[in-house]
Amino acid sequence: MNAMNRLLSGAVLGLAVALTAPMSAAWAETPPNMLVIANRIDDITTLDPAESFEFAGSDVSRNVYMKLVNFDPANLDAGYQPEIAESWTVSDDGKTITFTIREGLTFHSGNPVTAADVEFSLRRAVILNKTPAFILTQFGFTAENVEETIVADGNTVTITTDKPYATSFVLNCLTSTIGGIVDMKTVMENEVDGDMGNTWLKTNSAGSGAYKLVSWKPNESVTLEANPDFYLGAPNMERVIVRHVQESASQRLLLERGDIDVARNLNPEDIAGAAEAEGVKIYDELRGRLMYLAFSQKHPELSKPEVRQAMKYLVDYQGMQDSFLSGQYTIHQNFLPRTFLGAVDENPFTYDVEKAKELLAAAGVPEGLEIEAGVREAQERIEIAQTYQNALAQVGIKLNITVGTAKQILARYRARELDVYIGAWGPDYPDPHTNAGTFAYNPDNSDEAQATGLLAWRNSWDTGGLTEKTAAAVVENDRDKRVEMYAEIQSQFRETSPFAIMFQKIEQAAMRENVENLNLGGATTAVSYWPVTK
Amino acid sequence: MALTEDKGERHPRAPLAPWLRGTLVTLGSISVTMLGLLLVTFVIGRVMPIDPVLAIVGERASQSTYDAVYEQLGLDKPIIVQFLYYLGDVVRGDFGMSLLNARPVSEDIARVFPATLELATLGTLIGVFLGVPLGVIAAVRRGSWIDQIARVVALVGYSMPIFWLGLMGLLIFYGILGWVGGPGRLDIFYQDIVPSRTGMILLDSAIAGEWGVFRNAFSHIVLPASLLGYYSLAYISRMTRSFMLEQMSAEYVTTARVKGMSERAVIWGHAFKNIRVQLITVIALSYANLLEGSVLTEIIFSWPGIGSYITTALLSADMNAVLGGTVVIGLIFICLNIFSDLLYKVFDPRSK
Repeated sequence: MNAMNRLLSGAVLGLAVALTAPMSAAWAETPPNMLVIANRIDDITTLDPAESFEFAGSDVSRNVYMKLVNFDPANLDAGYQPEIAESWTVSDDGKTITFTIREGLTFHSGNPVTAADVEFSLRRAVILNKTPAFILTQFGFTAENVEETIVADGNTVTITTDKPYATSFVLNCLTSTIGGIVDMKTVMENEVDGDMGNTWLKTNSAGSGAYKLVSWKPNESVTLEANPDFYLGAPNMERVIVRHVQESASQRLLLERGDIDVARNLNPEDIAGAAEAEGVKIYDELRGRLMYLAFSQKHPELSKPEVRQAMKYLVDYQGMQDSFLSGQYTIHQNFLPRTFLGAVDENPFTYDVEKAKELLAAAGVPEGLEIEAGVREAQERIEIAQTYQNALAQVGIKLNITVGTAKQILARYRARELDVYIGAWGPDYPDPHTNAGTFAYNPDNSDEAQATGLLAWRNSWDTGGLTEKTAAAVVENDRDKRVEMYAEIQSQFRETSPFAIMFQKIEQAAMRENVENLNLGGATTAVSYWPVTK
Repeated sequence: MALTEDKGERHPRAPLAPWLRGTLVTLGSISVTMLGLLLVTFVIGRVMPIDPVLAIVGERASQSTYDAVYEQLGLDKPIIVQFLYYLGDVVRGDFGMSLLNARPVSEDIARVFPATLELATLGTLIGVFLGVPLGVIAAVRRGSWIDQIARVVALVGYSMPIFWLGLMGLLIFYGILGWVGGPGRLDIFYQDIVPSRTGMILLDSAIAGEWGVFRNAFSHIVLPASLLGYYSLAYISRMTRSFMLEQMSAEYVTTARVKGMSERAVIWGHAFKNIRVQLITVIALSYANLLEGSVLTEIIFSWPGIGSYITTALLSADMNAVLGGTVVIGLIFICLNIFSDLLYKVFDPRSK
C-alpha cells in the first residue's frame, strides 16, 4: 500500500500545487501563541519517563521533564549541560558523582524540586525496571542496592557506580528520557498497588520542564501547555498541539492551508512539492538512525576478510542516496552517527565492482555463490535490498531476498540464521557506548552466550580485539582521549567488521515560514518546543 | 418430597411462551456466533507471524527479558488454556489491557467507536436518502438518461479507489475551495470545548448548545461522510433498482395500472412497499460495513475511528485490542441482524 499511496498522493498533490498556488495568500493561520504539529504519534505507549522508549514519547518527555544534565537545543554539539544539577564533582576513584541541585526550581504542581525528588526518580526507574532501565542499571544499580548507590543528602545527590566509568558516559545516559525527574509527592499521591505511580504517569505528567501535559489521546493528539515558571523563562508558544496525521499527503495539505505549523512525516515527493509552496520552508536535521548491512561470520565465504571488504565495495552508496533515499538519508560509514561524541566523518568505501571482483577472486569465492538476505517489509529497506541484489549479480553472487515481518526476520537474525541482514539501528542513549557496545563488543561469541542484544553476536563476529578496546573506552575519563579511542575503534571497525554501515537518517520537517528555532534534537536528543517563536 | 413429585405429575410442565422461546433461541444463536468468532480470531491471532512480546520489549531486549514477558503474557500456556482465560474475562466485560498503551481495551474502544458511529451513520443516511430514490427512479425509467446516470454513478462508486477519491475530495473541497474542514474531527480552536457525553461531537455539541462547535464538526465530517455515503449510495441504488425492476414486471403492478391507479400510487404504494424488506437487509449490511470502519478513509481524514484502531493494533501485534475490536464489530453485525428481523416483522405481514 505504501508504494501505491506515495505514487497516488504524489500525483494528486503535484496537481494540487499547480491549482492552489494562486490562492495560497488567503490561507488561514494558527494562533500566534500556539504551535500545531502534524506527526505520527501512534508509537507512544506510555509517557512515564521511567518507561517511555519511543520517538514520539521522547518528544513529549523532553519538553515536560527536566533532568540533572541536559542538551541545549541552541548548541547540541556542546554536549550535556547543567540543568537541575547546577554542578557536580567526581570522586578520586571515579565511581561517585555528587550533584548539587539548583535552587528555586519548582514542579508544575508548585512543589519545589529537591534532591529527594532526584533520588526518588532515579531509584524509581531502577526499581520499576521497565524496558529502558538498562540505561541506568548498566552502572550496577539494582533494586536491592539503590538505597546505598543513589543517595540524597541536603542539597546534593550522590550516585555511586560499580566501576569507574567515564563521567561523560554516565552523564550522557542521564540526559536520556529515563533521567527525567518526577515530582515525588504528586506521583506517590497517585500510587496504586505499589506501582510507584507508574499507571498514573503513563497518561499524566509530574515534571518541571517547559511544558506540562494537558492530554494524550492515543493515535489522536498530544496537547501541552506552557509552564510560565520554567527556569529559562516562559516559552513563547503557550500551547503545543501534536496531531496524529498518518498520511503524508494529508499533512502536506494541512500545512499548505496553514492549519498546522509543522509537518514532520512528509515523504520525498511531498517534501519536493511543499518546498515549492508559498509560505512553507523545509528544514533538515541529522538524526541518529543508521542503515546497515551485516554479514554472518558463520558463513564460510562471508567470514573471509577479503569478502567482507568486497561486500562493502558492492554497495551503491551514492546511487541510492541520490535516488530513492534522496533527502532522507546521507552517506555515513561509521557506527557513531555524526554529531555524537567520538563521531568521525570518514567514508572510504565507494561502489567499485572491479575492486570487489579482485577481492573475491583473491578470496577464492566460487562462481554462483548463493546467499540469503533477510529484510523487514519496509519500502526503503526493500529497495536497498534490491539495489544490492543487482550489484551482487554483477560479481556472480546470487542474493535471495527474504522479506518478512519484524517477528519473522528478527527471530532469525537473533538466532544467527541469516547470511545477510539489511536493516536499521538507532542509538538508545546519547553516548558513543550505545553503538560501540553493540556493533564492536562481543565478549562471548559462542552460541550458548545468547547475547541476542549485541549486533556483533548476532553476526557471530569475534571482534578481533575491539571488545577490549570498547570496554576500555567506556571507562576512560579523559574526554579527549575517549574521542580518540572511538576514532581508532571505528577505523578498525570499518576495515575489518562484517558490517557495511551505509547511511545516516536525515529528518526533513516542512514548516510555515514564520516558525523559527525549532530544533528536532539531532542524533542525540528529541525535539525542543520552548525556544520556538512564530 | 413425595408431595412435590405428585404435584409435578398432576401438572406437566407448560410449554414455553413463544416469545420466550424466540428470545432464548436468539440468545443461544448469539452466544454460539460470538464463541465461534472469538475462537477463530483468537487462533488466527496466535498463529499469525507477529510477535506481541517483541512489540513490548523492543528489538534489543535480552533473551531473559523476552522470556519473562512471554511468560507474563501467558504465552507459555497451551493455546486452549489461553483461550479459556480470555473467554472468562470477555464474559465479565473485560477485554484486557492494550499490550501497547496499557489502557483497558474497553476504554479505547469507547473512545474510537463513537467517531466511527457518527461517520457511518451520516454516511448511511446520505446513502439511503439519495440511493433509494435514485434506484427507484432508475428502475421506473429504465433505459432513460437518469437510469444511465444512476448506472455510471454506481459503477464509479464500485470501481474508484476510495483513497484516490478521498484525496481528490480533500484537495478540491478543502485545499482549493476551502468549503470544508481538513483532516481531523475539529479545528484546533474548537477542541476540548464541549464535554464528551456520547463521544459523537455533533451530538455532544448539539446537547451543549455549542452551535459553533457543531458547525465546525459538521464541516469536518461532511466530506468523509459524503465519501462513505457515495459508496453506500452506489450499492443501495443498484440493489434498489434491481429489486424494483423485479416488482415492476409483476402482474399485480399491471393489474394496479389497469385498475387506473396513479403511477405514483403504483410505484410507492405497491411496488416499493414490497421491496422494503429486501432493502432493510441491504441497508443494514451497508451500515454494518461502514461501522466496521473504513481504514483508508480514516487514514486520509485523520479520523480516529475503530478501523484504524484495529489496523494499528494488528500491525503493532496488540492482540487484545484486535480481539476487543473484533468482538465489538461482531456484536454490531448481530445487533443489526436482530434489528432487521424486528423490522421484517413490522413490514412483512407474513412474518406476523
